[in-house]
Amino acid sequence: MNLRTLVLRELFERKTQMLTCFLAILLGITTVVAIKNVTHYSEKAVAVEMDALGANVLVLPKTVTLQDYYSADMHDEVIPEEYVMRLTMSDIQGVDNLSPKLNVPIELDGRNFAFTGILPKNEFQAKAAWAGAGIFSRPIGCGAIDVASEPEPEDKKSLVRNRVIKDLESHEVLVGADAATVQDIAEGDTLTLLGEEFTVIAVLPETGTVDDSRIFGHLHTVQRLSGKGPVVNCIEIVGCCKEISAGLVEGVNALLPNAKVVTVKQVVATQQNVNRMMERLSLIFLAIIVIVGGASIANYMYANVFERRKEIGTLMALGAESGLVLRIFLAKAALLGIAGGVAGYLLGTVLAVTLGPRLAGVTVLPMPTLALWAIGVSIGITFLASFFPARRAASLDPVAAFQEV
Amino acid sequence: MIQMENVTKTYTLRKQQVIGLDDATLAIPAGDFVSLVGPSGSGKSTLLLMLGGMLTPTAGRVLIDGESLYDLPADGRARFRKQRIGFVFQTFNLVPYLTALENVRVPLYLAGVGGDDQLERATALLNRMGLGQRLDHKPTELSVGQQQRVALARMLANDPAIILADEPTGNLDPETGEQIIRFFEEFNAEGRTIVMVTHDPQAAERAERTLKLREGRVVEDRPGKRMLQVA
Repeated sequence: MNLRTLVLRELFERKTQMLTCFLAILLGITTVVAIKNVTHYSEKAVAVEMDALGANVLVLPKTVTLQDYYSADMHDEVIPEEYVMRLTMSDIQGVDNLSPKLNVPIELDGRNFAFTGILPKNEFQAKAAWAGAGIFSRPIGCGAIDVASEPEPEDKKSLVRNRVIKDLESHEVLVGADAATVQDIAEGDTLTLLGEEFTVIAVLPETGTVDDSRIFGHLHTVQRLSGKGPVVNCIEIVGCCKEISAGLVEGVNALLPNAKVVTVKQVVATQQNVNRMMERLSLIFLAIIVIVGGASIANYMYANVFERRKEIGTLMALGAESGLVLRIFLAKAALLGIAGGVAGYLLGTVLAVTLGPRLAGVTVLPMPTLALWAIGVSIGITFLASFFPARRAASLDPVAAFQEV
Repeated sequence: MIQMENVTKTYTLRKQQVIGLDDATLAIPAGDFVSLVGPSGSGKSTLLLMLGGMLTPTAGRVLIDGESLYDLPADGRARFRKQRIGFVFQTFNLVPYLTALENVRVPLYLAGVGGDDQLERATALLNRMGLGQRLDHKPTELSVGQQQRVALARMLANDPAIILADEPTGNLDPETGEQIIRFFEEFNAEGRTIVMVTHDPQAAERAERTLKLREGRVVEDRPGKRMLQVA
């Protein structure tokens, strides 16, 4: 016989009460762990996006609003392709890496994909050079184009990293990772898209974005096959540094008054707002757990003390000191707290990992540090809620042992 | 030696003062077997609780072997009970979620006895009570007589010098009651002091001495039949 046996036997003797109390803790901890876990990865995703694309700027039709940078071209509104030339020939710093896009939905074997037209860099560079445009007046280094250098053989897969490509022939395509897997497409294969045949020159590595479901082709080919004419859905300006992109927005706004210029910061602002809301929500839930969960545990503990007063009186008559009675109830609270914390962490993590990608659009991984947090909070709440009932038990009159209950 | 010196206990009930015990003075030598009799509300249980250090008197002193019980703090009295006093209750007061063996191990655990020694002593005591086959049974799986015998084994666990029993045969049929009284006689023969509250005249007569209480006062102090037979 020891304290553990005494506590465990009593807990399992009153299973319904124990389960009710356990559920109160479990649900609270689960909710907060799930919210905290999803919020953490959502914030991380925003940070990564800001880090990778923070210097980039999107030029869009005026009426377009968007929440995801990678799907900036997935709408029906268009702007003239001529904007690309205007940008290239301007003296604005940092507009040399341009990626205009036109997106056309296509169907392959009953599945929907995006056929995205992109303009290889060599075409507008050459045009700009022939036009003797202001590119030569730009400073050398960041934002300058080395038009004189010999073209080096390019790894086509670098499109996913650099977001621009140097060369692309009119009947060549690059296929996103998902599209390639689903359609069983390999490098060198031939694809028929919108009635014409294309050679797959590369299968792109997985990015975790909508780009994985795209097939990239030459912009002018896509324009011709879709019959849309010389237009694009968006122009991505791949900035080289944040300092330049700051001035870039003003310059592009002045140059293209009929277009909308959006920075990555603006695109992720919505997600940041959602994250802030989730963070506040987790604090509200935490407060609810402390109040409702704590009250429920305290209520259970008070009822338990009342129900067991004859038993406590008997233990005292047998020689139990008040400290031991206090320990019996606090050990019970600790057990419930640990069990609720561990189970709440596990369930919350499972929920976050399974529902996170659907709700927040980010990959969520388990966070072991949250386990310590969950157990700590859970024990803290159960201890706090049980302390006064435990103290009442410890100060019970042993005479209760002689009273009929 | 148990002594009560001018002990009074008053309660306030609905703004009215009720006397539980009124200026009681008595001495119970070590090894005595005393039965406390009297009508309900006469103060028997109050007296027993005070001897057990569980009810603080309004006035007077309770001494056990010269030590004033109520000069000790509550936890000090708990330690005193653990070492010196064994309680027997009318309704047995077994812990319902523990087996017979575990119930007997509780006072041993409270006294700091190790697991193996707890097991050995509890088993021996239950065997002595004739419950060797019922070690792992919970109270609800035992008859009332068996439950009271488990309670007796639990009471004996820490080898108390004083046994305080509150109507130990009150819930039992006459045959089982007789069995319990025989155990008490056995414990008394081992040198333990027994103070037993009872409503049962036959059980009371088995004690060496009978104290009769009425309205909180000890109104009669006479030897039991056993002593008369011995004399």
